[in-house]
Amino acid sequence: MASARTSGLPRWVLVPAAAGALFIVLPLVALASRVQWGSFWSLVTSDSSREALLLSLRTSGTATVLCVVLGVPMALVLARTSFRGQALIRSLVLLPLVLPPVVGGIALLYTFGRQGLLGETIDVLGLQIAFSTTAVVIAQTFVSLPFLVVSLEGTLRTAGQRYEVVASTLGARPTTVLRRVTLPLVLPGLAAGAVLSFARALGEFGATITFAGSLEGVTRTLPLEIYLQRETDPDAAVALSLVLVVVAVLVIGLVRGRSNAL
Amino acid sequence: MRSIVVSAASILLLATTTACGTSDDNGSDDAATSSAPQDTSITVFAAASLKSSFTELGSAFEKANPGVTVTFNFAGSSDLVAQIQQGAPADVFASADTTNMDKATADDLVAGSPTDVATNTLEIATPPGNPAGVDSIDDLADPDVKVVLCAPEVPCGAAAAGVEKAAGISISPVSEEQSVTDVLGKVVSGEADAGLVYVTDVKAAGDKVRGVTFPESSRVVNTYPIAALTGSKHPDVAKAFADFVAGDQGQAVLAAAGFGAP
Amino acid sequence: MSLHLTATVADRDVDVSFDVADGCTVALLGPNGSGKSTVLSVVAGILRPDAGRATLDGATLFDLAGGTWTPPHQRGTGLLAQDALLFPHLDVLDNVAFGPRSTGASRARARDTAMTWLRQVDAADLADRRPSALSGGQAQRVAIARALAAEPRLMLLDEPMAALDVTVVPAMRQTLRRVLDGRTAVIVTHDVLDALLLADHVVVMDGGRIVEQGATRDILARPRSTFAAGIAGLNLVRGRAEGSGVRTPGGLLVAGMPDDETVHEGVTAVGVFSPAAVSVHLERPGGSPRNVYAATVRELEPRGSQVRVRTDELAADVTVPVVAELGLAPGVEVFLAVKASEVAIYSA
Repeated sequence: MASARTSGLPRWVLVPAAAGALFIVLPLVALASRVQWGSFWSLVTSDSSREALLLSLRTSGTATVLCVVLGVPMALVLARTSFRGQALIRSLVLLPLVLPPVVGGIALLYTFGRQGLLGETIDVLGLQIAFSTTAVVIAQTFVSLPFLVVSLEGTLRTAGQRYEVVASTLGARPTTVLRRVTLPLVLPGLAAGAVLSFARALGEFGATITFAGSLEGVTRTLPLEIYLQRETDPDAAVALSLVLVVVAVLVIGLVRGRSNAL
Repeated sequence: MRSIVVSAASILLLATTTACGTSDDNGSDDAATSSAPQDTSITVFAAASLKSSFTELGSAFEKANPGVTVTFNFAGSSDLVAQIQQGAPADVFASADTTNMDKATADDLVAGSPTDVATNTLEIATPPGNPAGVDSIDDLADPDVKVVLCAPEVPCGAAAAGVEKAAGISISPVSEEQSVTDVLGKVVSGEADAGLVYVTDVKAAGDKVRGVTFPESSRVVNTYPIAALTGSKHPDVAKAFADFVAGDQGQAVLAAAGFGAP
Repeated sequence: MSLHLTATVADRDVDVSFDVADGCTVALLGPNGSGKSTVLSVVAGILRPDAGRATLDGATLFDLAGGTWTPPHQRGTGLLAQDALLFPHLDVLDNVAFGPRSTGASRARARDTAMTWLRQVDAADLADRRPSALSGGQAQRVAIARALAAEPRLMLLDEPMAALDVTVVPAMRQTLRRVLDGRTAVIVTHDVLDALLLADHVVVMDGGRIVEQGATRDILARPRSTFAAGIAGLNLVRGRAEGSGVRTPGGLLVAGMPDDETVHEGVTAVGVFSPAAVSVHLERPGGSPRNVYAATVRELEPRGSQVRVRTDELAADVTVPVVAELGLAPGVEVFLAVKASEVAIYSA
């Protein structure tokens, strides 16, 4: 209360604020309260759970690498250049952030699927994307790429170009400026973006189930496993949900720790 | 991440509905409805595969009983029974299998005993051109044919496993989907060469898929029971609706959709 | 290493042309927004002008008619701004070594070079520090070393001391005087001392155009632009030569002593006189002064034992007792008088 007064906030703001906080925390408490702690360990280490968790970590890791490889250049182009239609491109790139993931999955299906836009090309190359782990990585990259681009573009804009200008007048070629000045300066933002992308990829469900299918060890990631376990073994679903909550908490802690270090 | 949020939110909602459902204040409401039977509304929880038939039957029932409104909640049977167990306000439950109805019965949620109203069997669905040339159930064991099944954890997957056993074959699916709708989706989009779905699904999909019947399907029959629920505020109307579905008009509509007689 | 520059930047209404001779430092003077920094950006290659051409020591920096554009990193133009802009992720030594490293020197060699330049600016003891651990003056010293370590053919300095604490400015000015000696450089400044001590030549800009240029001493002794007169601390009235005086567009006649053979009747001329030559009266003074003007006091500015009395057009320096005796304050109506013998008249 005292701090609210000194901050000049009207006191009544605390009531909806507390309600909002409770609204977010309470479900997590409810989830934790439903966990069968006696069987927790055996539930989260069952073969199917372990397979799903390992697959999730593997695909999310790969998707994060792809996000960095594709997203860093995208953020650089958006933050450091201006061209006609840039605003439109930016909006389109951010679309997966607000698109229902299932819509993303359908769109991917009509792009990379057998009957899709690139289906024949992919066939000719002898690649099989449908129902493969590659499809999972594609779906995860699709939904998590904007997180990296948004976060990095913001950092780039905040950092400004003054250091880059100085570096170029010191004789540094554009590639040297990028490597020795731009990227080191935005490294915290890049790390935060990568962690967010990883978290989004780890939680990806809708696009995956629509586009990649669901098969243990190949395409059934942890969220899909949770959804399936609900059918027969709600206790396992709850236990695995808690695992994802813990991972999410760790991720947020990592991002916050990073940004505080700035 | 999204799936955590979604499941956490639904747990919160279920927790609140539980609180409402367990409160024991049905008496006064009953008196009100019996004095004004004109304004009666019942909610029917029905398996997703019953959607088109039950929507039609709901309108017919409302026409036959002026003043009565029927609203539906269509979802997977296991989802529905979970919601009913959590105290969701349902008057009638129609399940796609006996297992889930048994769960409701075991929890004393069913008024009287359930009535079987329909049966459903599996059929092979292929894309319209049938690119892999699937003619029989044995073709599904061909490793070059991309087959999509329901996961064994859900009723249509259990049925598929039964068919496999009856035909003496072993199918290696490229994906084990969450629901029969997902299987159908993969076939319609051409991603899969074949899938095992219900006869009614093939019928409802029209010319988007081609159905391939096989004799072994009769060995695994899914039975659809319907029952009025103890939690109903209008037990008479609830029972009347269940009887209506089991009656001549109900049976005619279900048969037209491809369901078998009980 | 002489610079020849002609450039037009349409959207900033800048159109300039000037030369910097080999080994000379030119001070770019002018009011805020006159386009000085724009000119530096064009020379450094950060801003592309709409038209023009620039060569540095024979090499073309840009020639828009010929379609030539040399990117900033190949120009050999070192830039020193108001802020030091040391790379925050590198320590002082690596900041200074950045230029040599970027142009291909080995890490060890680059650090040797960096150390040499740090000694030149008396900052060798800061080599291990992080930029965040430096004071403003220390950081600017390191920035000078960093710019010089890249061996620029032309140094561009954009108000390099404007952001510094006044107590460190004299020492910094001495450092710059030392390191700029014999170098080709352009320095943007507001300070007459910078122009006097660092620059051989002065270019005065106003509204995106060059209004006056020449040797520093000439410009400051005989300014022809209002800005140069202001920076030199002189009163300047502009008009047309009439008799031995100048007639302003407002119709006022300022009598003076023409010190120039070229002041013919009717040419554009200026009358320039020191504020110390102006006396302040509450009543119209009688006697010898031919130049008496009614004015309203706008501002009083203490200057040591003197007080500068500013009116809309002119300034006068008077002693503190005079201010007290006359009761001078902003808004007071006064008469300013200056003897014709104190007013220099020359063509502009």
